[in-house]
Amino acid sequence: MTSPIVELKRVGKSFRSADGTARSVLEDVDFTLREGEIVALLGQSGSGKSTLLRIMAGLIPADDGDVRYRNQPLYGPARGIAMVFQSFALFPWLTVQQNVELGLEARGISPEERAVRAEKAIELIGLSGFEGALPRELSGGMRQRVGIARALVVEPEVLLMDEAFSALDVLTGERLREDILELWQGGQMPTKAILVVSHNIEEAVVMADRVLVFASDPGRVRSELAINLPRPRDPNSPAIRSLIDEVYALMTASRAGLPTEEPAYSPYAARLPEAGVSSMEGVLELLAAHPFSGRADLPQLVEESELTDEELLPIVNALHMLEFAIVAHGDIQLSSLGQHYVDGNNALRHELFGQQLLTHVPLAAHIRHSLEQEESGELPEEAFLKLLRESMNTEEAERVLNVAIEWGRYGEAFEYNYHTGTIHLPDGSTDGQ
Amino acid sequence: MANFKQYLPRQIVDSGGNRWDLLLLPLVLAVIILLAFGAKQMARPYHVGETIPLSLDAWMLPYYLLRTTLRMFIALGASLLFSCAFAALAAKNKAAEKIMLPLLDILQSIPILGFLSITVTGFIALFPGNLLGVECAAIFAIFTSQAWNMAFSLYQSIKTVPGELVEAAHVFQLSSWQRFWRLELPYAMPGLLWNMMMSMSGGWFFVVASEAISVSNQNIKLPGMGSYIAMAIEARNLGAIAWAIGGMLVGILLYDQLFFRPLLAWADKFRFETSGGDTAQPSWLLTWLRRTDRIQAVGLKAIALLERSFTVFRREYDGTSIRARPSPPSANAMRIWDAVIAALVLFAAWRLLTFIHGEVGWHEVGNVLLLGSYTLIRVMVLIALSALLWVPIGVWVGMNPRWAGRLQAIAQFMAAFPANLMFPIAVILIHHWHLNTEIWLSPLMVLGTQWYILFNVIAGASSIPTELRYAAQNLGLSGWLKWRRYLLPAVFPSFVTGAITASGGSWNASIVAEYVTWGDTTLQAHGIGSYIAQMTAQGDFPRIALGIGVMCIFVMGLNNFVWRKLYELAENRMHF
Repeated sequence: MTSPIVELKRVGKSFRSADGTARSVLEDVDFTLREGEIVALLGQSGSGKSTLLRIMAGLIPADDGDVRYRNQPLYGPARGIAMVFQSFALFPWLTVQQNVELGLEARGISPEERAVRAEKAIELIGLSGFEGALPRELSGGMRQRVGIARALVVEPEVLLMDEAFSALDVLTGERLREDILELWQGGQMPTKAILVVSHNIEEAVVMADRVLVFASDPGRVRSELAINLPRPRDPNSPAIRSLIDEVYALMTASRAGLPTEEPAYSPYAARLPEAGVSSMEGVLELLAAHPFSGRADLPQLVEESELTDEELLPIVNALHMLEFAIVAHGDIQLSSLGQHYVDGNNALRHELFGQQLLTHVPLAAHIRHSLEQEESGELPEEAFLKLLRESMNTEEAERVLNVAIEWGRYGEAFEYNYHTGTIHLPDGSTDGQ
Repeated sequence: MANFKQYLPRQIVDSGGNRWDLLLLPLVLAVIILLAFGAKQMARPYHVGETIPLSLDAWMLPYYLLRTTLRMFIALGASLLFSCAFAALAAKNKAAEKIMLPLLDILQSIPILGFLSITVTGFIALFPGNLLGVECAAIFAIFTSQAWNMAFSLYQSIKTVPGELVEAAHVFQLSSWQRFWRLELPYAMPGLLWNMMMSMSGGWFFVVASEAISVSNQNIKLPGMGSYIAMAIEARNLGAIAWAIGGMLVGILLYDQLFFRPLLAWADKFRFETSGGDTAQPSWLLTWLRRTDRIQAVGLKAIALLERSFTVFRREYDGTSIRARPSPPSANAMRIWDAVIAALVLFAAWRLLTFIHGEVGWHEVGNVLLLGSYTLIRVMVLIALSALLWVPIGVWVGMNPRWAGRLQAIAQFMAAFPANLMFPIAVILIHHWHLNTEIWLSPLMVLGTQWYILFNVIAGASSIPTELRYAAQNLGLSGWLKWRRYLLPAVFPSFVTGAITASGGSWNASIVAEYVTWGDTTLQAHGIGSYIAQMTAQGDFPRIALGIGVMCIFVMGLNNFVWRKLYELAENRMHF
């Protein structure tokens, strides 16, 4: 039962950024996918889990290390590995049946056999009657069913799922997940192993036999958690709840454990969590209010705030970074400063935020410091983007600077002129006292 | 009673084609017979120097229309093949892309007369004693007015196929051949069709120049609409011009209804937005075709043939085979290639300098540059004037949904109509009132291209989000403030799109608009267009090349330094 299908040894991958410096997204990853298991990869955005999935799909080559499928080196997409995409990736001009037949057609299988096999897959996934429909006529959930049927019809040994449920609404996503688990349990799938990349912690814990938590910058496996509970699993059972808690603790550990784990990049060029000011404010207020009264279990906070894991975790990280809250062991605790902030009026909130920003975010402090030295009090954003690009790619650099600017604006530390692309000191503080 | 039929097996009710087949059959047969007849006429014996008998009789118009349309469709087919080959190569081969893209940019800005004067003798020599050579030259001239924008659109689309679709194609083992037909071409289809329609209009605009070949000391008039118009102009026959306009309207209407409309309606399924959106206008012919049994079967057979080719051109190995092993891109080879390109460019530049120095002289270059700036001023002023006129009208129309749809269709039709048919009237008026040609010939340049501004602005205004409209009303915006803060920024992106097309078209039109003849009256405005037209008529090869080269520089400079900047501005700042 445990013979390996896909093996990755010391796999590394780096991307060249615009100025030619290489930035590592994956380093030294060892991973084996074995027969009969479902493995989930969890991690925050930028942790390289999608890159790892694409390396296994043969879509991008690894720079270092060894990738093997059934003990053969993998240079490109293998016939035994199929993939389900986040955005479904259906061909909108083909009918459901033609979409499902795509992989068979590519292999040169005769139309008659194609039709028989497609019909079987379509029925299996509950799409009967929709064979002639175009994808645009279907709802999101139905479209993803087509995506799954398209993958299953080629009878893959390995099914890769790249956030396959995250574009669906919660209810639809759960139903589809349950359907897949049912097929898996019932042995109706030809598939021998499933790899799931997810942002959703509950999804990972309910589905997987093993959960791998990734750390960011560069991406690597931080910890592994085996789950030996029988399926179907009830997300509300105490055993699952405690597992979910455990994973939250693992996922937030990096920020809480702080800089020892961070690589040797300049602290000015560190990635900032992508959290908007108003949502940070909202979470702080929620945390201060009943029923949490200052302390919350992260899964409960997810539920109460109606945010997804993907949205909440950066906010939590940001609050921790600015010391408005303390995160430990999957719990979040409002700090006294955070309480002060919640109690304060708008002017006080701006001031507190600005003060914490300049103390704890080196990039913001660096921007402010540089601006104060300018007589005009302004600098082109390009200078800071260049600094950031030394350790991340162009889009990420822009994202990080945008976060810094939003925070800086709210904290009244600096402002930004969209039309000229310059960062400048707020009016009335040109001397920077 | 009639409904009862639907409970019977289809084979029994519909055996041997249905009534739609029978109804459509005459149309199909007529088209085939006409095409065969036209094609046969193209390959008649012919010797250089002979004049082909032509007449201004209005009864000959259908025949001329057939010949011209046939040429345009052959050219369109050639453009389509060229586009596929070009786009597939440029999108997949980095080394080729480096040369092909700039080359296309240059080709795009060369006016069609330039191609004609260079190639006509070669084509005639290709088929001695046969009309086919001249036909080929004419078709090639039309091809050069159609191919470039189609190729560019296809290339652009292939480069922008969404990443996950490309990944899906790779994961499911599609070969390059399968990927082209299943993914890339369908994805590019709407843009390609739109450009095909633009190309057809472009072809009409130069129909006179391409059929009544009077370059390089040749004087051949091929039977067709263009020659008919050329003869009418020589004979100062206004009645014949009117007949030609009428005939052309019928022609445009016919191929719109019989060709483009069904294609557009069919291509509606290739729209990429997976939900909602406005659907294309229905086509009676397509609906009809889809109801037929036998005729549709012919189409399905063609598709089945294509699908059978997928079996032949499939990937026989997967990612575990040694054949899938990527050969690392050699930095050295890339560097050598760059060096080769640089050497070629330097060589061309050196040849150009010696050519100018030896053949035309630097004085002439200065002169042509000056003429170029005259035309530049004309183009810019006229685009500005038509913007002043059409932007407010377009906004007003676009905000009135009752009018928007209808008027947009009319504007598109006007853009397709060759404006140079109206030139004789302008000549008569200018001649009669003794007006200044430098000023009054200029409006002819935008006569055909202004419509692009109008229908783009209409489209832009009608897509202003309703909530923004309510907000503007609620705030009581009015007068200049309303235009400055709300309406103008809202339609700016679509205005820029329209103005880019209009500007490109106007440069091309300057060749026919700055040098207009009516019988023995020739009106001329100083500009690079009239320079090229004049030199082409004289067959002065070095000066044609110089004129074309300088026009290329102007067009490319304008595109790079003005339009691209405005386009980026629109993309970044004024997007909903």
